[in-house]
Amino acid sequence: MSHFLDRLKFLSRVKETFANGHGAVVDEDRKWEDGYRSRWQHDKIVRSTHGVNCTGSCSWKVYVKNGLITWETQQTDYPRTRPDLPNHEPRGCPRGASYSWYVYSAQRVKYPMIRGRLMEMWRDARKTMDPITAWESISQDPKKAKRYKSVRGLGGFVRADWETANEIIAAANAFTVKKFGPDRVIGFSPIPAMSMVSYAAGARYLSLIGGACLSFYDWYCDLPPASPQIWGEQTDVPESADWYNSTYLMVWGSNVPQTRTPDAHFYTEVRYKGTKTVAVSSDFGEMVKFGDIWLAPKQGTDAALAMAMGHVVLKEFHLGNKSDYFRSYIKQYTDMPMLVMLKPHGDGYVPDHFLRTSQLPDNLGEANNPDWKTVAIDATTQQLVAPNGSVGFRWGEANHNGGEKVGRWNLETRDGGSGREIDPVLSLVSGHDAVVEVGFNYFGGNDANDLLQRRVPARKIKLADGREVLVATVYDLSMANYGVDQGLGGGNVATSFDDDVPYTPAWQEKHTSVPRQQVIQVAREFAQNAHETHGKSMVIVGAALNHWYHMDMTYRGIINLLMMCGCVGQSGGGWAHYVGQEKLRPQFGWAPLAFALDWVRPPRQMNGTSFFYAHTSQWRHEKLHVDEILAPTADKAKLSKLSMIDFNAKSERMGWLPSAPQLETNPLDICDAAASAGMEVPKYLAEKLKSGAERMSCDDPDNPKNFPRNMFVWRSNILGSSGKGHEYFLKYLLGTQNAVFDDPTHAVKPTEVTYREQAAEGKLDLLTVLDFRMSTTCLYGDIVLPTATWYEKDDLNTSDMHPFIHPLSEAVQPLWESRTDWEIYKGIAKKFSELAGPYLGTRKDVVLQPLMHDTPGELGQPLEPKDWKHGECDLIPGKTAPNMLVVERNYGDVYKKFTSVGPLLDKLGNGGKGINWDTKHEVHELAGFTKTVTEPGVSEGRPRLETAIDAAEMILTFAPETNGHVSVKAWEALSKITGRDHTHLAIGREHDKIRFRDVQAQPRKIISAPTWSGLESEEVSYNAGYTNVHELIPWRTLTGRQQFYQDHRWMLDFGEGFCVYKPAIDTKTVAPMLGKHSNGEHELVLNWITPHQKWGIHSTYSDNLRMLTLSRGGPHVWVSEAEAKQAGLVDNDWVEVFNSNGTLTARVVVSQRVPKGMCLMYHAQEKIVNVPGAEVSGMRGGIHNSVTRAVLKPTHMIGGYAQQAYGFNYYGTVGSNRDEFVIVRKMRKVDWLEGPLVEEGATK
Amino acid sequence: MSYLHQFLFGIYPYIALAVFLFGSLARFEREQYTWKSDSSQLLHRGNLRVANILFHLGIIGLFFGHLVGLLTPVAVWDAIGVSHGFKQIFAMAAGGIFGTTCLIGLLMLLHRRLTDPRIAAVTKTGDKVLLLWILTTLALGLSTILVSAQHTDGHMMVLLMTWAQHIITFRGDAAEYISAAPFLFKAHLFMGLSLFVIFPFTRLVHVWSGFASVGYLSRAWQLVRSR
Repeated sequence: MSHFLDRLKFLSRVKETFANGHGAVVDEDRKWEDGYRSRWQHDKIVRSTHGVNCTGSCSWKVYVKNGLITWETQQTDYPRTRPDLPNHEPRGCPRGASYSWYVYSAQRVKYPMIRGRLMEMWRDARKTMDPITAWESISQDPKKAKRYKSVRGLGGFVRADWETANEIIAAANAFTVKKFGPDRVIGFSPIPAMSMVSYAAGARYLSLIGGACLSFYDWYCDLPPASPQIWGEQTDVPESADWYNSTYLMVWGSNVPQTRTPDAHFYTEVRYKGTKTVAVSSDFGEMVKFGDIWLAPKQGTDAALAMAMGHVVLKEFHLGNKSDYFRSYIKQYTDMPMLVMLKPHGDGYVPDHFLRTSQLPDNLGEANNPDWKTVAIDATTQQLVAPNGSVGFRWGEANHNGGEKVGRWNLETRDGGSGREIDPVLSLVSGHDAVVEVGFNYFGGNDANDLLQRRVPARKIKLADGREVLVATVYDLSMANYGVDQGLGGGNVATSFDDDVPYTPAWQEKHTSVPRQQVIQVAREFAQNAHETHGKSMVIVGAALNHWYHMDMTYRGIINLLMMCGCVGQSGGGWAHYVGQEKLRPQFGWAPLAFALDWVRPPRQMNGTSFFYAHTSQWRHEKLHVDEILAPTADKAKLSKLSMIDFNAKSERMGWLPSAPQLETNPLDICDAAASAGMEVPKYLAEKLKSGAERMSCDDPDNPKNFPRNMFVWRSNILGSSGKGHEYFLKYLLGTQNAVFDDPTHAVKPTEVTYREQAAEGKLDLLTVLDFRMSTTCLYGDIVLPTATWYEKDDLNTSDMHPFIHPLSEAVQPLWESRTDWEIYKGIAKKFSELAGPYLGTRKDVVLQPLMHDTPGELGQPLEPKDWKHGECDLIPGKTAPNMLVVERNYGDVYKKFTSVGPLLDKLGNGGKGINWDTKHEVHELAGFTKTVTEPGVSEGRPRLETAIDAAEMILTFAPETNGHVSVKAWEALSKITGRDHTHLAIGREHDKIRFRDVQAQPRKIISAPTWSGLESEEVSYNAGYTNVHELIPWRTLTGRQQFYQDHRWMLDFGEGFCVYKPAIDTKTVAPMLGKHSNGEHELVLNWITPHQKWGIHSTYSDNLRMLTLSRGGPHVWVSEAEAKQAGLVDNDWVEVFNSNGTLTARVVVSQRVPKGMCLMYHAQEKIVNVPGAEVSGMRGGIHNSVTRAVLKPTHMIGGYAQQAYGFNYYGTVGSNRDEFVIVRKMRKVDWLEGPLVEEGATK
Repeated sequence: MSYLHQFLFGIYPYIALAVFLFGSLARFEREQYTWKSDSSQLLHRGNLRVANILFHLGIIGLFFGHLVGLLTPVAVWDAIGVSHGFKQIFAMAAGGIFGTTCLIGLLMLLHRRLTDPRIAAVTKTGDKVLLLWILTTLALGLSTILVSAQHTDGHMMVLLMTWAQHIITFRGDAAEYISAAPFLFKAHLFMGLSLFVIFPFTRLVHVWSGFASVGYLSRAWQLVRSR
């Protein structure tokens, strides 16, 4: 009643006593307890999740109280999956759990912010000029441009309003489109799966105006090129629940408990079932604690370990035909029986291309694509046959012989010619015409010859041109490659595991330091288990392997092991790569929304790595000479003179990789010029290119005509996290303060790409960043737009780790003046249409599109790649050069198109992965939900896309994964090509429709679709390659099978036809700095390793106060005890880490976890909290990528070659970073560089 | 006797006491979460312990000194044979000692509150007013010692006692007794009375709880409640 009156009863409140007066029964008021009760009371709970770059897709309850987001807890209402499997829930990690702190933190961007100097000039210009002229007057005046560009990153934002921000952006975009071309407007946003509508918002706007979206997966170096090479599959992996089906589990360079926290429970639970676990890690990562065995190879040598394991398996299980299962698996599902031609080389031979039907008399009866059908020998008839399933059977069969061979793109063991059953020969050991010495490249060092001659059995055949050649099977070549003696004797093969011959366990010991006995034991157990369980051996792999320059060798080594043991595509087995990629489950429903395929096709897309390498001018500092990585068998006369940027430019002009910007001339002007010349655009352009009157932008990246001019960054922190070569970004792309020490005069100069003595700096005119936090990237932006957090917007989220589709939901409306990404881009689109409509009107635009994977274009140049520019072949768009496609853009209609579903979905349907289906019904269905546009204009009568929920509904309606009818249609489309009925995989869920409110009510299980190679059913957990193995759908490779062998000329030139061990490359960044900037302290030289961190990645940021409190409160690096002692370091000392790429400052963690020779820094520790000045640069220390620089690898540029064809985020160059070395040194003076702001901050 | 004098020392004491009592009650009833001492111990240790003990020792001594000295009827002192002169000297000595102790503690606390950035950041205007108010009252009180020292017969003291006792026994003539008191005394009285006025609006409310906490000495180890 009354607190006071209650106290007045003070003397009488004791009613009785007990325990000899030690206790008393009282009758006092307990209202104060309500305080504790109401602490946990709330007004509503909303389902959402987190998405820095998280694969978790965890269901969280977000609590709202008095209109404020207060806290979050884990949801526990996932649908159960299959009997016996442990629950998925609760999912979450401490990082996500601390996220609500962020929403109201000081880091929040609350209002649109504009760089002060830009705003000042803008206001001044706008007094007399219209927006577009105003933008031109500022951005094209070198003095004015420098005034705002040179202070990027140095503070100085002023608060603005949405109207002004949108006006500047729209004016800049419109001006850039007209003056330089739409492909100079660039967008970067990663991982659509974490918030697909938000990604789609920006991508849709850019695609409508003709801008280019950059890929991220390759740039992050999370893309494993080995996967497209072997499978023609970007990345497809088992869901984490499938770990529980494994009976032998290796965890190799992936710190599962730390970086896949919500899924780690399956890793522990499966051990209770008796599964043996092996951890492979150079440092004592958290996952090592779960391992029954710990193998600790020296970092970067994992390929040697994998090769040695392969050697053991081939010798013990394949050589003696010990396992029928393994044999039948490799015969049907891999390229092992395919024939490879042997090319004379020196005294012996080297493996060359796969034999093609086009090389045989009468094309071996194949009229369609004979260049693209591979050949094997049938054991029963001893005849050459072209087995079903090679890529030649995939395309164009309908146009030949009345389509009699349609439906032979499958993995039935049949002759594609006659259709009869065959039994492909694996080995020619017992049926050869000759045994010849074949040379295998060796890159491992001086412990063996660089060309290892080994004996291989071969068959003699006669080609159509009359030549007699030798052919061998991939199986026999693989045996020889691994150094296994098939009883043929000769050199460089091992008779025992103790022989020091590549690639025996004894040999690997020298490279990896792992005891040979351990290697033999693990390889034996792994294979024995797979043999007994038919493939339930699994390897979980991660960034620790994939972030190296030669990552494909490590990955192929491991995947080879899995293929040899028949594990891929088997429940509980296979390759489980969890790096960066969340699975965008409803991809085919999302693509039309994101890339505006409903209005205009094709969109412009660009591979991130090549873009950044070129436009941050990292190529000007390239130290890796191609001779260092070429195979001894390569044609050095032709290749040695090329630098990495030359290779990249070659690839772009041959239509292998995409380009952005594309051509020196504005593509809009090219179309006008072609029209006035009265020519078709492709013909006109091809002629101009051939004559040299027109050049592609890639040939001269430092020409101002070829600069990217406007850039949008959203859902990303590229400058604080993933920007390899951070300081080069600052110097060249942004033109601001940086710490590049490297001297470009010592670099490898290009011979084909134009090198300008005067480097270009400050290429970007406008950097627009959308974020809800003042990230490092925002600090470098010109305009920062406040966006909604993950608790303030409606969106969709999926993961490769579980089969559920999950929402983000608006718990509170976007705070302060923030808006959702969807609303932001809608606003920009509206302003842009207003300004650009009258300014640009309707224009024709020519889009250069590379030879795309999963289209007939992937059949480019079949044998020897030829470059039209050198006169080696004619320029044929879509064959020897990019496709040249003309599209029409009405710039006044951008907003109308943005907010409605366009007519191309009725006309052309929808699809992907080479299949297509009709979507008229779905367009109608969606219109029933979102209603149609009533305003007159181009969008009248079309389904509306007003809100983010409308956009989400569009994704869900068009995706086979969330719309059962579509799934059945998609399987039907695939069935036509494979000739096998797959619709049974979806027919049971045909009437299932998952809509946005459904997933808000509860995460929903997706429907199996041909988008993916696994099934989501009541019988099996999702496992990659499952439908290839069980439905006999070919892999999308040249042979249609998993490939041990890669026969593209460039693969052979770089010695990667077969998997080999390649040590790290030398980046040459330490020598120019070592001892040159001494502060008197000892300088350690260590390998730079940047793994994911424990206190701020995936689901929150490292500047989250709670996470800072749990960690070191700022940037920190890890060093081993022995080396710390050597350098006089004690735990928590300040150190500077530097090389010629740049410098950073951090505190040091001295730990037994880290082996000698390695310095470990968790990535994405930004330079916004507790970063003092660096002694070497005199400026504030950088981030982990300040000491790295991206180095391209030519094999990743291959295109137009079946599985090695470009796809967005599918194949292309990758930004590796772990081959780098740094100098680590104790700091003498920790200077916080505090002082009053001076006007010319840029100069110092 | 001016109206102002009558108001300040005849009427204002009742206003002050009313605000003090009802204000405390209202705050206790309505603002339980603000009923606290607002200690800055977590923010900065420094010399808090010494300063706090000195201050509290002094001010508690002064409080009880004033309570007993002013409100014990003169007849009682006479009965037990304490002369007025002796009592005055005793009061001057004890007040001087406790006052000085309190002053040292208070100055240390003030210095700490105004100079430490972490504490300064959480210091409200009310906190500063309160400390300065106590400081002024204390300074005035200490300076009355000098005035008292000039006439040690206890006469003035008895007048003040009479005033106080008349006030709390609701006799209307209280103000008259001190109409001739020196200005310093009056100023000290006014400041002291006003301390009761601001009491309910400041952290001083913790004084109530401080006295109430004495109850813990006789409390049972364990308290339970019946349904």
